[in-house]
Order: sequence, then structure tokens, then C-alpha cells
Amino acid sequence: MKPAVLTGEHFFTGDVACAEGALAAGCRFFGGYPITPATEIAEHMSARLPDIGGTFIQMEDEIAAMASILGASWAGLKCMTATSGPGFSLMMENIGLGICTETPCVVVNVQRGGPSTGLPTQGAQSDMMQARWGSHGHYEIIALSPASPQEIFYQTITAFNLSETYRLPVLIMTDEIVGHMSERVSIPSAKDIKTVSRLAPKGRKDRFKPFEPGPNGVAPMPTVGQGYNVHVTGLTHDEKGYPVMSVEAQDEMMKRITNKITNNLDDIIQTQSYRLDDADIAVISYGVSARTSLSAVDEARKMGIKAGLLRLITVWPFPEDQIRRLANQVKKMVTVEINLGQIFLEVQRCAGNKIPVALVGHPGGTIIPPESVIDVLKEPV
Amino acid sequence: MNENHIKPPEHPLDDLLRTDRIPHIWCPGCGIGTAFSACLTAMKTSELDLKKMVMVSGIGCSGRAAGYVKLDSFHTTHGRSIPFATGMKLANPELNLVVFSGDGDLFAIGGNHFIHAARRNVDMTVVCVNNLNYGMTGGQVAATTPHKAKTTTTPFGNPESPFNLPLMAYASGATYIARWTTLHIRDLTNSIETALKRNGFSFIEVLSPCPVNYGRRNKQSSYEMLKIYQDKGIIKNGAHPTEIDIDFDKGIILGDFIDVDRPTCVEQYDKTCRLI
Repeated sequence: MKPAVLTGEHFFTGDVACAEGALAAGCRFFGGYPITPATEIAEHMSARLPDIGGTFIQMEDEIAAMASILGASWAGLKCMTATSGPGFSLMMENIGLGICTETPCVVVNVQRGGPSTGLPTQGAQSDMMQARWGSHGHYEIIALSPASPQEIFYQTITAFNLSETYRLPVLIMTDEIVGHMSERVSIPSAKDIKTVSRLAPKGRKDRFKPFEPGPNGVAPMPTVGQGYNVHVTGLTHDEKGYPVMSVEAQDEMMKRITNKITNNLDDIIQTQSYRLDDADIAVISYGVSARTSLSAVDEARKMGIKAGLLRLITVWPFPEDQIRRLANQVKKMVTVEINLGQIFLEVQRCAGNKIPVALVGHPGGTIIPPESVIDVLKEPV
Repeated sequence: MNENHIKPPEHPLDDLLRTDRIPHIWCPGCGIGTAFSACLTAMKTSELDLKKMVMVSGIGCSGRAAGYVKLDSFHTTHGRSIPFATGMKLANPELNLVVFSGDGDLFAIGGNHFIHAARRNVDMTVVCVNNLNYGMTGGQVAATTPHKAKTTTTPFGNPESPFNLPLMAYASGATYIARWTTLHIRDLTNSIETALKRNGFSFIEVLSPCPVNYGRRNKQSSYEMLKIYQDKGIIKNGAHPTEIDIDFDKGIILGDFIDVDRPTCVEQYDKTCRLI
């Protein structure tokens, strides 16, 4: 029997590293549905979970998979599902329920080319705006974009910790390329892995309000079966969880579910700066595209071009302040992503009219070669 | 209201109701309240641990039940109560899951989830209030609307044929199946109690009047509907699900149809996947 945390050195695909990260974070329920290129996460979880006291179930579709993890989360477990584009579309309905009912869970999207069935076996980063706005209504979301199997291991743990801290579905927006590449993954000992669990309620059960924000804007979360008699609904509700159909209740609930994110940006947002201190041109990228951008920056430096890279580990909430500060420092920004300009629009918005923002992108199917980035870096600023 | 603690309950089921949420939304003459109170009575008489009892509903008139019961209760998305409850049950097998929802929710948008939960024999009790139409949205045709019946989206009469819900449950693998009407309160309550106490996927269909949206367009008041239940209801306990059609002219077959043992989803998982 293998332990929950596989301490040691491994050669893992991104998908397997993601599954191991989830287990190390304390995930004990996985509801899934097969889809390329995310299937390996479900396969790995199906083999590992029963051994460590967890449960895996392959549901009848992605709608059910997403619903099942919300139910399991209220039963007290840390839960995950993993999918790709078409399945992500089907999950949107219950991702919305998770946001509205403030239910912690982690949803992995191993992105492939779209729209529709698209390019099932080939990577893309074209679901980034869907990650932000795919479920109906206005809301805040957290989405992380790891760039390697090692990082997906750690960022999956971070995703669980954020979801438990802020009580919401957290998205891991990886892609087929990271999901299917095999690299060295070092897993530390269990005691060196920081895991966070949702805050349990205190005080009288009959007076407890499951949606009354605590000091960080987040309510403690009860587990079903403990006598709290919670009522949880996807209707607009008050702090007690009761539906209230009014403009005021809508306003209050929306403030609760958005403020807990927007008031904690410093705790949530992670970015990585590379050679930006004296840079004239800043490359903005994330996920696998940040890796090709990295070598492009190094090549450009060799040519005497003062390029640097801002890697967005957190894509949503968007690192607006970081981009705005950078726009005051550099003369140009170049956004690199495998789509025809999604995060590019956000970078443009934050840079304002101060500096030009270029896009290096293509509609999906393969990585963006460093040469494509270098060509744009070589253009006169 | 400082005297609350000495005030006698206004209703024998008050301790299971969120009385602060009353009045409810159900129309006069609607049968959902009857089915709901049969369900609460069964919960009480079952003497099961109510702390471990969870009600999960979907969307629609019947889906509002979760909002009135003083238990852990979940009002989920349209059609998704069963997969939500499945995840909850698998995460904590000690819980007693009751899905209370309507025919549109469970058998049109949620039909796929129903058949798979029955196939898996997930240990839960599904109570389906079948009022033959979509009441919440004003009376549209459902997967249960009789052929030729009028609804707002079948103004010329329903061209399609309805599902036979217990037959579908049977074909999918449900291990307990019953059908009653809101007139057969004692039988219904007994069936729900049996379902709550047993293991496996239990399904109870409750035929219910919807006078405001269905009855009005098909010349059936709530009273007339109950009269049909009385006149045309034929109790055939143990009848085979292929022989239990609903024919409002010839007869409506009611009863406890199926009660068989089969290992549950959780039992099978533990036995097959865990190295115990």
C-alpha cells in the first residue's frame, strides 16, 4: 500500500503529477468522466484513492461529475474533478452552483484546441476567458496556470488550499502539453507540505449562519450530518442560506462572493518575474507558453535586446497591479498564449494607452515556438 | 416571542419544518405539500437519526421542498440532485440521502442521472412528485404528460407518449419501487418509511394534482383529480413493472412493486476496490 504522499524523486507526466498533488493536498474524493487529454488524472486517482481511504467514481457525464464533487465537499471531503474543453463546458452549470453556494473544490482543465470537439489530442490555451466568465452571472474565480509537471504538483496543492480558504471552486488551467510531458517531479515529505482545511464553525449550532463572513470575508463551513441543519441553495440567499428574492439580497450576496476574492488579492495572486529589472520589453505569458517565452527572453538578451518575462501563475483574478506597474517601467509588452488573444485583451486593458502591447498567439495544436516570440522581440520598440 | 419554549407546536411536524420559511410557495389544491408531509412523517416514524438525514432537491415546485425541511438540505441545479446526492453519499456512507423532486427535474433534464444512480444502486430514497407537467414555469409539457393532454407548449394536445417511471426505474436497476397518489397518504408514508430504512436505490412515484397549471387546461380540478385517483386507482402490490401503466380512463396501477436486495454502490466499491 502506497502512502498518500509519495515522497521521493519521480518521472511523472503533468497529469499524474496533478493527481499526486491533489492526494498530497488531502483530496479524498474524485468524481470524473474520461476525456482526452485529462483522462490520465482520473485513471491515476481511480488506482490511488481507494488505497488511502478515499473514493473515486466515474460519473455518467461531466455535469454529474461536477455535481458529485460539490455534494462530497459538503460531506466534508476535499474533492477534485478533471476535464478538458467539452467537459469544461458541461461543468459550467455546477461550477456556478459551487460559486453561489461557496463550496470548496478543485477543477482541472487540461486544455485542448477548440471550439467544439476541436483538437482532442493537441494543446491550446483557449479556454482562459471561459474560465473567467463561463458560468452565467457575475462572479470572481481563481484560476492557476502551472508550466511544468513539478509546478502542477505544487500548484494543485495551492489550488486546494485556496479553495478551502476562500470556499469556492478553484480552477487549474493547464494544457495538453504540460499534462502529457514527462519530467522530474520531487515530492517532499508529508510534514513539509503545507495544507489548509476549511474553517469549522464554532458556537451554537442553531444560531450558526453558514454564509456569514468571518474576518477574511469567508464564512466557516459546516459538514452535513453534524446537526447544523444547513440550507444551501443556488438561489440568491441571505447569510442563513435562505432564499431572498430582492435587489438588496442580491447585492449583499454578490458582495460576499466577490469581496472575499477582491479583498485578498495579495494572498491569492502569484506571479514570477524573470530579467525584468532593467527590461525595455516585458513578455507576459503563462502555462506552457511561459516556458517558450523564457528561452525567447534568454535568446533576445544574447542579441542585446533588454527583454524580461512576467509569468502569470495566477491568471484569475488577473494580476492587474503587477501589469500596471510594469507598464510604467517598460516600453512594450508582448503577450504569448496559444489562442488568438484572450489574456492579451486583459494586458492591453491594464497597460492602457501608455505602451504598445503585441500578441504572439496561434489558434492551437502545438506550442508557440521561441522563434515566433524572438521575431516580435526583435522588432524596433 | 420569549414564550416560544412553552408554546405547543402548531403542527405535529413543526420540529421538522423551517417554520420561519412558511408560507410555502405551493398553490391551493397542489399535491406537493401532501407528498412532502408524508415524507416528513416517514422520516419521523422511521426513528432513524435525523442528524444524518439529508434532503436534496433539484429545481421546480417540488424542488422547493429542501427549503422547508429542517434538516441539512440542498436545493441544487435543475436535474442534478441525484449526482449531487451520489457524491455526498459516497463521501460519507453514514448519511441517509433523500432526493425529493419533480418529474420534469428527475426524468427530463435529470433522466440520465436517475438511470445511472439506479444502475449503481446508490443507497438513497428518491421521491418523485409527478404532476404531469412543468408547474413552476406555468404548465409546459413534460416527459410524463399523457398523450393528447393540453399544456402551454402543446396547445393542440401532446403529440408524444409519456414515460412509465417505475418501469424505467426497474429497467435501470432500482431495488425498491412504489407508486402512490396524494390520496393514498398512509400507503405512501409507509412506502417512504420502508425506503428510508432499507439499503439501495429506492424510487417512489407520487401522482399529484396540479390544478393551477395542468388541471385547468385539462378540465381537472384538484377534487376531480383526487376522485380519479379514488375511482381509477387499482392497488396491485407486487405487480410487474411492465404491467403498471397509468391510464386515467381504464385504471392507474398503484402499489409496492419491487423490493429486492442487491449490493449497494458503496458496498461494491469497498469489496472490489479496497484492500481490506
